[in-house]
Amino acid sequence: MTAVTDGLASPHAATRDDEDSISYYRTMQVAVQELLIAKGVFSAADVTATVAAMDARTTARGAAVVARAWLDAAFKHRLLTDAPTACAELGLEMGPLKLIVIEDTPDTHNVVVCTLCSCYPRMLLGIPPDWYKSREYRSRCVREPRAVLREFGTDLPDTVRLRVHDSTADMRYMVLPLRPANTAHLSQTELAKLVTRDSLIGVTLL
Amino acid sequence: MVSAAEAPSRTLKMPEEAIPERFFKGSLVRVRFTAPPGHVRTPWYCRGKVGVVERNCGAFANPEELAYNRAGLPAQPLYRVQFLNRVLWADYVGHADDVTEIEIYQHWLEAV
Repeated sequence: MTAVTDGLASPHAATRDDEDSISYYRTMQVAVQELLIAKGVFSAADVTATVAAMDARTTARGAAVVARAWLDAAFKHRLLTDAPTACAELGLEMGPLKLIVIEDTPDTHNVVVCTLCSCYPRMLLGIPPDWYKSREYRSRCVREPRAVLREFGTDLPDTVRLRVHDSTADMRYMVLPLRPANTAHLSQTELAKLVTRDSLIGVTLL
Repeated sequence: MVSAAEAPSRTLKMPEEAIPERFFKGSLVRVRFTAPPGHVRTPWYCRGKVGVVERNCGAFANPEELAYNRAGLPAQPLYRVQFLNRVLWADYVGHADDVTEIEIYQHWLEAV
């Protein structure tokens, strides 16, 4: 499967489809989909269009929001107080799920996890990485978050407070990372290219 | 069978059918220590723990009802509750002020 991007090269191409086994749940999914199509609830074309729309959402959307917030203090304020409305200004519709953007500061860092399942701000970041859905990340990110961050190469100083956000219900979360140093000369487009998926989840810094 | 148009929307907000909010930013709350059967969205690790309301998130159809194809109304107020990690985990290793913020529905919370 080739990743469809928002016009920017994606450093996080979609993962390979796992076609290795026909498991119980895969069989059930195929059967239910065939039944729903046969009963006219939706068509096969609807399924294809939905998959294409999901693949079209990439980290580039979240990166564009962050770059704008770095450059425009008023936009940043709106983003932190009412993220769906702020994103709509950029033509990004969040749908029915509520988005909360949490800001890193020099003395506080944020990281996002969903311990109950794998809730993720797909409307801004696309499809989550496999590790985000793994039982290990989901359990250890609340139990020993600093050890997890170290495994991502993020060694938080003892002076920095950590806020872990467990996405357990109807909110979705994106981190607004600190703007890297020596970027005053960069345009919004250039700034957006510095923003990585992992920094928006909060497991790495920029 | 239920058509797509008739199926309850998981995220439909119905403020006019919402239970009034009992807590606000800064309220001290304890998560009920209980283990009801069925689908719940309150993580085990925060049950019985005391935290502070970080913000009100609005009211949403109760997912514990939606899971069984019921309407989940009146809507339950949802809060973000902030817990100190050293309260959640007695042997927590890290900054003494490290916190975890969790979305919890009102019927899981009691005033402290």
